[in-house]
Amino acid sequence: MKSSRRRFLKDGAILTGLVAGTVQSASGQTPGPEEAAHRSAGFVRAIGERSRLETSARAWSDSSTGRVTSSLTPLQNSKGMITPSMLHFERHHARVPDIDPRQYRLLIHGLVDRPLIFTVAELERLPSVSRIYFLECSGNSRNPGRGNAETVQGTHGMTSCSEWTGVPLSLLLQEAGVQKGASWLVAEGADAAKMTRSIPLTKAMDDILVAYGQNGGALRPEQGYPLRLLIPGWEGNISIKWLRQIKVVDQPYMTREETSRYTDLMPDGRARQFTFEMDAKSVITFPSGGQNLPGPGFYEITGLAWSGRGAIRRVEVSTDGGASWQDAQLQEPVLRFAHTRFRFAWKWDGGEAVVQSRCIDEQGGVQPTVDDLIRVRGRSYNYHSNHIQAWKINRNGSVQNALV
Amino acid sequence: MRWSDLLIPAVFLVVCAAAQAQSPAYGVGRTPSAKAIRAWDIAIGPEGKELPPGKGTAKEGATIYAQRCAACHGQTGTEGPFSRLVGGQGTLNTNRPVKTVGSYWPFATTIWDYINRAMPDDKPGSLSADQVYAVTAFLLYRNGIIQESDVIDAKSLPKIQMPNRNGFVSDPRPDWKTPSGGRN
Repeated sequence: MKSSRRRFLKDGAILTGLVAGTVQSASGQTPGPEEAAHRSAGFVRAIGERSRLETSARAWSDSSTGRVTSSLTPLQNSKGMITPSMLHFERHHARVPDIDPRQYRLLIHGLVDRPLIFTVAELERLPSVSRIYFLECSGNSRNPGRGNAETVQGTHGMTSCSEWTGVPLSLLLQEAGVQKGASWLVAEGADAAKMTRSIPLTKAMDDILVAYGQNGGALRPEQGYPLRLLIPGWEGNISIKWLRQIKVVDQPYMTREETSRYTDLMPDGRARQFTFEMDAKSVITFPSGGQNLPGPGFYEITGLAWSGRGAIRRVEVSTDGGASWQDAQLQEPVLRFAHTRFRFAWKWDGGEAVVQSRCIDEQGGVQPTVDDLIRVRGRSYNYHSNHIQAWKINRNGSVQNALV
Repeated sequence: MRWSDLLIPAVFLVVCAAAQAQSPAYGVGRTPSAKAIRAWDIAIGPEGKELPPGKGTAKEGATIYAQRCAACHGQTGTEGPFSRLVGGQGTLNTNRPVKTVGSYWPFATTIWDYINRAMPDDKPGSLSADQVYAVTAFLLYRNGIIQESDVIDAKSLPKIQMPNRNGFVSDPRPDWKTPSGGRN
């Protein structure tokens, strides 16, 4: 069985090569639809792969230290609201652990009546839910005062959206019996740094998931396989991956990640702490920095909007540098704490143009400009920036970051 | 510091938690032994209640630091290439803030907790409790917070007042105003 499948694959590869050779010999012309139909990628295969012509990939900046700790989702090629699992952005603090789920355990203890230990298989027996949520690093679209990238992958590629499946954390806490006086949780991962964050118990009792599924399959290793927290709408790093422990406590534990990191230093020298929700944000993904418009004419401007405070109510687009704004069309379903795709019909007249979007969420929060934020927060803060992103279209059709 | 903002949810939580205390509905999962929990749990809170026995001084810590930490953080804790650990006091409200253990970290217990769980990067968890106390003492000493001969242990560590202890405020958003003056 296995060997025959291999033979099919091999034959398919040979066939593809032959057809490609034939096409090249014709006279340098591109193949017509009939010739393309003769191409073959082989017969069935156990794991599907995208077309060999699709090259969209995560990207990262090389680090002078040789340790790259994040990769970015190629939003410029994104379609719809869901991020393919293989392109979900990564951010890890001590590499990706290689975990065997059969050996894996989650411990819940602290201020509870009944400490509990679960295997992944035991968690999968419990009542489950699936929810579509974005996950965004608090450093996404960082303060442009601290440098900015050329492409939307570089500026905004640390947000992704998946369907997550798992057990509500509230269910597990009820099984354990939370005691009087409890007010926070300390969640800990099984990565080499045992990444730890404190989480208010109110959020845990509301909508936090202990997730084992992502987009219909198991979590990806870089997304926390076999088990992670998914905390809707909140800065990504608090959704602890490779979750090994929930300790119920009576105060925040002031871990390294919530004191020395992920806090925002203000001009007066004080820093904001426990900035959980990611504010309303939108960005145009086409046309965006690094792309090219082949010539004047019709284009559908499209992008993504999301808010850590609920659902997106409205997205507006400007194609004249912010002088006027018009409503974009929102693709349904428009879900709380999920990416919402927006679209806007546009005819480019071939002149210079600056395109940008701004959104409003269900709580009435609208996106500020960079200047609005820097005026209050200064230039030293690094996280939780939700400013409007503008792209400039030049006469030759090239698109660049207008904020650089 | 606006800790009062945190108090209101805390009161609400207590009520919630009491209302939700009930018997288990599913009975899935096992009960761990107290010993298993102790072996599993390494989280240290700001009161230091979970700190283990052991002790160390900056003098002892200097040797361990040179062997296990300096390659990444520099001989004096200022050179890098990874996180700068020493100096920076008085720079947080300037255009070039330098955030280090000494200038930025609000709790000394966090130093112990983080070294113990995550350092050194090539072998996290390999330092003994005494060694973690000693390296913690070394960093506190290098930042001018304790004396070189001060003994750091489960009792003394939580009592240390870090320079930036009162440097944090809770989330004040929405914090910006549109030029027209409307709700942002």
